[in-house]
This record gives sequence, structure tokens and C-alpha cells, in this order.
Amino acid sequence: MTKKRVVLTFPHEIVSQPVVYYLVKDYNLMINILRARVTPQEQGRLVVEISGKKKELEAGMNYLAELNIDIQSLTRDIKWHENKCVHCTACIPHCPTDAISLDRDTMKVSFDKQKCIACELCIPTCPYQAIEIVI
Amino acid sequence: MKTYEEINQRIRNGEAVVVTAEEIIDIVEEKGIKKAAKEVDVVTTGTFAPMCSSGAFINFGHSKPKIRAQKVWLNGINAYAGLAATDVYLGATELPDEDLLNKVFPGSFKYGGGHVIEDLVAGRHIKLKAISYGTDCYPKKELETVIDIKSVNQAILTNPRNAYQNYNVAINKYSDRTIYTYMGILRPKIGNANYCSTGQLSPLLNDPFYKTIGIGTKIFLGGGEGYVYWEGTQHNPRVKRGANGVVRAPAGTLAVVGDLKGMSPEWLKGTSITGYGASLTVGIGIPIPILSEDIVKYTAVKDEDIYTQIVDYSKDYPNGVNKSYGEVNYKQLRDGYIEIEGKQVPTGALSSYKKAREIAEILKDRIKKKKFELAKPVKYLKGKLGE
Repeated sequence: MTKKRVVLTFPHEIVSQPVVYYLVKDYNLMINILRARVTPQEQGRLVVEISGKKKELEAGMNYLAELNIDIQSLTRDIKWHENKCVHCTACIPHCPTDAISLDRDTMKVSFDKQKCIACELCIPTCPYQAIEIVI
Repeated sequence: MKTYEEINQRIRNGEAVVVTAEEIIDIVEEKGIKKAAKEVDVVTTGTFAPMCSSGAFINFGHSKPKIRAQKVWLNGINAYAGLAATDVYLGATELPDEDLLNKVFPGSFKYGGGHVIEDLVAGRHIKLKAISYGTDCYPKKELETVIDIKSVNQAILTNPRNAYQNYNVAINKYSDRTIYTYMGILRPKIGNANYCSTGQLSPLLNDPFYKTIGIGTKIFLGGGEGYVYWEGTQHNPRVKRGANGVVRAPAGTLAVVGDLKGMSPEWLKGTSITGYGASLTVGIGIPIPILSEDIVKYTAVKDEDIYTQIVDYSKDYPNGVNKSYGEVNYKQLRDGYIEIEGKQVPTGALSSYKKAREIAEILKDRIKKKKFELAKPVKYLKGKLGE
């Protein structure tokens, strides 16, 4: 079993196609949708965790690439700028996965990329623009 | 009993015993009030949080020919010019004329007066634009130039209301959507609770009756030095207090002033509060001289003994309804969850306890290194009974 977290950006023409269905049916992959957004007349963005056998996963990714779907690794998606963070904790109650956490002794905030699902809830909570989405 | 002069003499001799508002808690617990009062000379406090009622007077100097600036913009942010020819006051919450504000809700307020102040302190170039109507003595009608912290004659941070003695815990009880307030983002159905005080480290919570912090008190301000110049706006000592004398709701405030030229961008930060506006986050540290046993007892206050009120910001606060949904203490708040109406609610702060702790340490260090002496207030703030 291999696992991959990716951000898929769909061009406007593909938004109406059941791409996830084909990934499951034809490539035998497990898809966990972490986040989905479709803007009318524009494009679709899907943040997914895909798991399956290595070969099938590769084939599935090739299928997506053929459809002109842009694939980005999720870890590149949210950036925490430690130098801008003042450790106020305004973001803490908004993070659903504890990717942003607080050491209650040192009162220091830290960010664990592995836990981040790129839900973006933290972004507007930061008064210092210390969390950035990189698309 | 010690005097200011005795404490300053001990600082000059390098003998002063200086501890932070956190350290004094254990010292009093171990040694008792009597011994602690005798041994400790100064307790340092700290706070670091958005403080909206902040700004700076700037005199940008004369151009050739001269202008009596009538309207002035610094990096596109309007600065109040209804003063003498080249004096302006730049407020922390001022926004660019063309800002989208909340037209696309919630607005992001990425750049405002507070950000200009941070840029100025950081030594960056600031674009200045001024217009005027022209007079015989000041003929110039338009000026576009670049200023920085070194080129201006004076840049004086002058904040009418800072360092609130305690503050509300904000919740969203009644709205079915997320609300965007100056206390941060509040999710519906009491999804989170936000607070803004450094509790046991906060200056006025360590001096609840303003026995040492008054007009003329010398402070750490924005990384440099400053003074308390008056009571802050909305200063209100007459709120309910605990048996320890500590206020259980927002109470006293301080008006502070200091030379921006000696400050640092690490301790003055432009602030963008989504859906609300721009502001300035200010670092303040105040030394408390241990003049008596009473004073050391006040400085030993612990987070679990400082209470505040839970206030709804979806309906009550906007409509001026003064209602509390319970009292909580700062230990509970800082532990991450508080109970409201039987529900465990996660907490977040706008104030930085970590930065406040750093400020108290820096101030302690400056005093120990004889770089900072204490100033006796020339006049005290209005106390509990309005005296």
C-alpha cells in the first residue's frame, strides 16, 4: 500500500467528469476527500489522500495527468512562516487536526506539515499573515 | 519598606534582586511574603497584544519651498494633519482610501496604519504624499517624497489606550454563522472562546490598585523605552474585584509614550484582523518596585486567581447588552479548554504569553545590567474609589 496526499486542480472543461469514480473503479484506489471546491465557470480544486498498490497508484496518477489535471503534493500547499508567528494562539482552536499545536509549558506554537489537510481554516485567523497558502 | 531611591541605588551598585512576575510566585510560596518583600527589589511584567488605540506623531521636516500640509498620506494611509505645518498623527487602525474594507466579506485588511508604523521602525522607506492650499509663508501645494525613521525630525509613539487591566473572553452564542470581531474569528454555537490578556504576567494585574504604576512610570515600550503619560482612555477602576483585589472584568488602562527611533519591529507589529480592520500589536513591560509587603503580595498573583467574564460578541456586545455567561480564570484559559453551558470549548488568545514572558526577561536583564532605572510616578492613576 502506498499513500499520497495531493492537490488536484481541474481545468474548467473537466469539472463535470466523474474523475474520482474512475480512480476507484478502474484503478482500485481508495480516495479520501479532504477538501473540495468548484468555482463556477472556472476550475475545480480537490485535496485528496489516495492509497492503493504502488503500480495502480502510478497508473491512476498517469490517468489524471492525461486529463490535464494539475497535481501538486499537499505538503507544498500550506506554509507556516515561523519568523512572522508571534505565538499568540489565535489559530489554535480552529485547526481540526492539531497540525498547529501549542506547547503549554513554553507557550510556543509549532506546525506539523504531516498532519495538515490544507483546510485553510487557520489562514484568516492569523493577524500577522504567518500562514500562507501556496498554490 | 524600601524607597525608589534605595532600589535605584541597588541597581547602580549591581546588587538589585530582579525577578519576573512568574518567578515571584514561587519565591513568595517558598519564602513567604515578609522575606520576599525584603529580598526582592523589582518584579518585571509583560504583555504583547493588538492594542488599537495606538499611533505616532511624526514631524517629517520642511521641503523647499515649504508646505503647510493639509492632508498627508504615508504609504497610501491617511495621517491626520490638522496640526502644525509638518506634524501628523498616524493612527494604527487607519486604512488606505481605496481599501475594499468589508465589501468582500470578510475583509482582509492587509495593510493599515499599524503596518506603516512597523515599516517605519524597521527602517524601511515610506512614501509621503501631502497636499495643501498654499499660503504666503507656505506656498507649496503638493509634495511627494520618501521618508524613513532617520530622516524625520521626531517619531513619537503615543498610544492613548494600552495594556488593559484584564479583558473579556469572547464567544459567539447566538449567530448561526462564523463572526469576525476584534477579538478574532468566533465560530457559531460557542465553537471557540478567545481571550486577550497575559494574566499573571500582565502589568496592571500585578498592581491592581495602581500603587506603583502611574504618570511618569518608565516602561519597556516596543523594544525601547517609554513612559506612562496619563490614565488610558476608558480607564475604569470601579469594576468588581476578587478578595485579592484583582479586577474581574476590563478595568484600568494606560496611555503611553516613547521615542519610536529607539524601538524595534519585533515588538511593534502591524496587525490584520480579518473582517474587522488593521491595528498595531504592542509589546509593553513594566517594572514594579517592591516597596512594601502589600506590593509583593499583589505581584505574586497566579493565573488561577485572576478571573474574567465570558461575553457574547454576536448579539450582546454589539447591542451594548452587559451580560456574562460565566467567569473563568487564566489557568483554565491557558490550558486550552473552558466549560461554557456544559460544553468544552477550545480557547485561543490574541495576546502572546510567550512574547510577554520574553519582555519580562528582557526588562529584568536591562535592570540587572544597570541600563534601566525605575521612575517614581509624579501623579497616581485614579484608584478604586476614584481618589
